[in-house]
Amino acid sequence: MLALVATVAAGIGPVSIEAATVAKVLVNAVRVPVGVELYSGGGSALQLPAVGLRWAPLTDFEVEKLHATIVLSVRLPRIALGATVGFALGAAGVVMQGFFRNPMADPSIIGVSSGAAVGAVLFIVAPFAVPFGLGLRGAAFLGALATAAVVYLIATEGGRTPVATLLLAGVAIQTFLGAVTSYLLLHSGESMRRVVYWLMGHLDASRMTEAWITGLLAVGLVGLMYLYAEDLNAMLLGEEEARAVGIEVERTKRILLAASSVVTGAAVAVAGVIGFVGLIVPHAMRLIVGPDHRVLLPVSALAGASFLVAADTLARSGAAELPVGIVTAALGAPFFLYLLRRREVSEL
Amino acid sequence: MIDVSELSVERGGVEILSDVSLAVEDGEFLALVGPNGVGKSTLLKTMGGLLRPTAGRVLVDGHDVASLSARQTARLVASVPQETSFDFDFSVREIVEMGRTPYRKRLRRNPDPDGGDRVEAALERTEIAGFADRSVASLSGGEKQRVLLARALAQDAPALLLDEPTASLDINHQVRTLDLVASLNETVVAAIHDLELAARYCDRVALLSDGAVRSVGPPGEVFTPELLEPVFDVDVAVSENAVTGTTSVTALSRGETI
Repeated sequence: MLALVATVAAGIGPVSIEAATVAKVLVNAVRVPVGVELYSGGGSALQLPAVGLRWAPLTDFEVEKLHATIVLSVRLPRIALGATVGFALGAAGVVMQGFFRNPMADPSIIGVSSGAAVGAVLFIVAPFAVPFGLGLRGAAFLGALATAAVVYLIATEGGRTPVATLLLAGVAIQTFLGAVTSYLLLHSGESMRRVVYWLMGHLDASRMTEAWITGLLAVGLVGLMYLYAEDLNAMLLGEEEARAVGIEVERTKRILLAASSVVTGAAVAVAGVIGFVGLIVPHAMRLIVGPDHRVLLPVSALAGASFLVAADTLARSGAAELPVGIVTAALGAPFFLYLLRRREVSEL
Repeated sequence: MIDVSELSVERGGVEILSDVSLAVEDGEFLALVGPNGVGKSTLLKTMGGLLRPTAGRVLVDGHDVASLSARQTARLVASVPQETSFDFDFSVREIVEMGRTPYRKRLRRNPDPDGGDRVEAALERTEIAGFADRSVASLSGGEKQRVLLARALAQDAPALLLDEPTASLDINHQVRTLDLVASLNETVVAAIHDLELAARYCDRVALLSDGAVRSVGPPGEVFTPELLEPVFDVDVAVSENAVTGTTSVTALSRGETI
């Protein structure tokens, strides 16, 4: 499903490319090691010869060079990043909804996105105020993690973190950080456009390195979340029940909270605030595959990836390119209302 | 099997239990009786390691439950809660399988080899195997109660703690549930409101009042007007049930006499 969406999406744009051509380009890009090479170490006689693998494409389909460049250098990084961000948000949304046993929970419920927004806006408006020489993404990521840590510490007392307190602390901190963002926006002057654009969520100007870093992080942490899928199932029945069947509830909560905050922070740092993916996708998938997290978590992550790639394709294929956050919210909100009317959402 | 000594428990800053000592023998079925709010649930939860005592301790099979991990505790004691909200779409079997959690290890290919058999046995025992694949959300109150009991049986722990196992059941299911529990030959502690049922099924009863154990013993010794009247603040008549031959307690209306 994800592969199909990605392939079709790579063909859509100002230069329309057939899906078959895209597939050929992608298959051509797959390189496999075909042999071992020895490089003689130049200069010193003591230097050992270096061993390297010789890589070669597996296939060599006939494609136009221009098309290959467009697919591999322009569209693929963007699609890869979109898929990664959607993957992260889809998974984190499932974990947060299960964790809070609350259908309104989304990956940003403990203020991760608001913290990232403050970090990013601060960098744009007043770069000198951002420590450690961090870039825009670094500042946003740091803001996200710092916020998650603060909310967690506020809600924790004596080693226990009641989810209701966590939820309310998250809401309060989000409101406060929203005020900070608004204040910074007011004083952003010429960079206002850039700030607003960032806040809306975007996937343009994506680079493959970003997709790789975020992707590896997301796959690793979602893998970690998956190990706790059964714990999440038991926690749906209540924390006391989960403890009674042998789950170390507080430890599980800490691990899940940390994992989902980090993936969400990373996603928001590279793509801005993309709303509704982490809220809608888990609900829609729960209707289809049921509440068992062993199935729901991976399905929702992959569906999040597909949805975001599709939404971004829509966002960039209009007359003027839109930030993808607008598209996800514009599509997601009506769909959410539809689910709400069917009363399915209340049955978490 | 379960040894409660000098136990005090606070909840929300209020002392619920103070200086409770109670010993439950191996294989014994003990009922906790007493008025609402007296601390029966709190005592059960502390025995099950769900609440931490402020003083004293609970030993199960010689282990202090407050110092055990959740997994270790869950292998020693299985708790059946008073009620659980099942408003999501898990199947009966999936809920019962949750009872195997303490035996699973992450990242193992075959994490729990005898889990499947234990789950099937628990489903059979509680007579819910017939609807094992139905959604728990579609079940009646009595059926849900049996699902929770099945989950506790799948947990395969030597001690079973039940909080009001018969409260929401009709008379048929009350008797069937307690028949099943009594036939397990496990160590069972159950909070039971119905004194008649407690007298009929339990080996001993513990009468609780104001966060303390007032009296422990066989039902015939504890269920006397002298002990029950001050605790429940009502006049009672104690007689022998003509059918079961066990002690029967009848609360009297104000001004009513025998």
